[in-house]
Amino acid sequence: MGSNWSDRRVVVTGLGCVSSLGNDASTLWGNVLAGQCGIDAVKRFDIANYDCRIAAEVRDFDPAPAFPSGKEVRRTDRFTHFGVYAGWKALEDSGLDLSREDLDQVGVYIGSGIGGLETTEEQHKVLLSRGPGRVSPFMIPMLILNMASGLFALYHKLRGPNFATCSACATGTHALGEAWATIKRGDAAVMFAGGTEATIVPLGMSGFAAMKAMSTRNDEPKKASRPFDRDRDGFVMGEGAAVLVLEELSHAQARGARIYCELAGYGNTCDANHMTSPDPEGAGAARAIQMALRHAGLPTEAVDYINAHATSTPAGDMCEVQAIRRVFGEHALRLAVSSTKGATGHMLGAAGGIETVICCKAIEAQVAPPTINLDHVDPACPLNCVPNVPQERRIDVFVKNSFGFGGHNAVLVGRKFNG
Amino acid sequence: MAEKSIEQRVKEIIAENLEVNADQVVGEAKLIEDLGADSLDAVELIMNLEEEFDLEIPDDAAEGLVKVSDVIAYIEDRKGK
Repeated sequence: MGSNWSDRRVVVTGLGCVSSLGNDASTLWGNVLAGQCGIDAVKRFDIANYDCRIAAEVRDFDPAPAFPSGKEVRRTDRFTHFGVYAGWKALEDSGLDLSREDLDQVGVYIGSGIGGLETTEEQHKVLLSRGPGRVSPFMIPMLILNMASGLFALYHKLRGPNFATCSACATGTHALGEAWATIKRGDAAVMFAGGTEATIVPLGMSGFAAMKAMSTRNDEPKKASRPFDRDRDGFVMGEGAAVLVLEELSHAQARGARIYCELAGYGNTCDANHMTSPDPEGAGAARAIQMALRHAGLPTEAVDYINAHATSTPAGDMCEVQAIRRVFGEHALRLAVSSTKGATGHMLGAAGGIETVICCKAIEAQVAPPTINLDHVDPACPLNCVPNVPQERRIDVFVKNSFGFGGHNAVLVGRKFNG
Repeated sequence: MAEKSIEQRVKEIIAENLEVNADQVVGEAKLIEDLGADSLDAVELIMNLEEEFDLEIPDDAAEGLVKVSDVIAYIEDRKGK
């Protein structure tokens, strides 16, 4: 391993996910390319009285194979089910044999925007209806949002760096960026990193609806999430998780690992502008992109594809377009820029993870995935947003943007691995 | 159908709570050492017993419930068999 920060390189060697469009990276990628949409009427609870009645739910999902026992499944929240399962799939995909690893050198950052909201809801009902003496002793360990990280490490005895990022919808990207930095500075050889979210519950659906942040196109669920389209009216909530295996390059090469791409840079800034609204000039996002490119040692002209944060909200998507134009200038018009949230919904704290999985598949396939439902691009957007059908094109470098309530901006730069 | 005995009901709750097979839940089995309960399981088990049998089990009494037979005897005693 190189002896200083700049010598060490970080590569992606495993992909795992749980989503409305598949519980492994290949199934997800196939569905994204085919223009499939995971959004439908909510089935998990009676949603008749809600403003937004659609979401990208994970269905037919059994967490048990990723857990040591049924008891462990029962004493963990749905967000932990997703996160632990995605980590287990990433482990399988990476081909790592943990029995041969120094587990002090393997860490986990699986973040979550909110954590165990379902547990919070259920136990609050118990508190009100039956009193404080009936609240479950498992409530706190179930709802705290670091528990997916903690338990994935426990189940696999991974004793390296471990915590959970929490930056709303930028959570997953921050986790990956912090994992990148952890390997760069020599504190781990392997990191499992990403995000998980399970907020399609009454409080989650009513809370975001109260902010007027969500689409109310309830009669056309497959058309409701439409980033960059002039008729977009809000985001549609998704759920699930994504975890990637990041590995120090020489460690990956020594075991003959398949390398999806190199994770080359990470940017992290704050708008410091408003509690929830993005900076209309996109200045904070632009600085995050510039920071990530600086770490990668790449000029703006090297970028081929941007997987946008664009969630299908009227304001947010155009702020991001502003940020991209600000950073890339004329080159912005030569880029492919797509948002895959039309397909997956907005998976909140898991979004950055699932979208980085998609970027890894895009660089592997040399195909930019489409923005679905992009029938009439917003007149304020001059970019090639890959409307509705994938574009085969050279992708040597991708940029992954994520922005979160609180003004958080997280950006990753990935590049094709050429030895 | 005959009503279940306290012993049967206690054993069922323990098996369900600790996710062990019913045939493991014998009188001599220790909740922690033999049936794998941890501290949080134990709290939850006491809460479920309180619920099922409609009684309050004080902490100092709960600490004395080491084996399955201790639990059965305690509940039988409190419920007047």
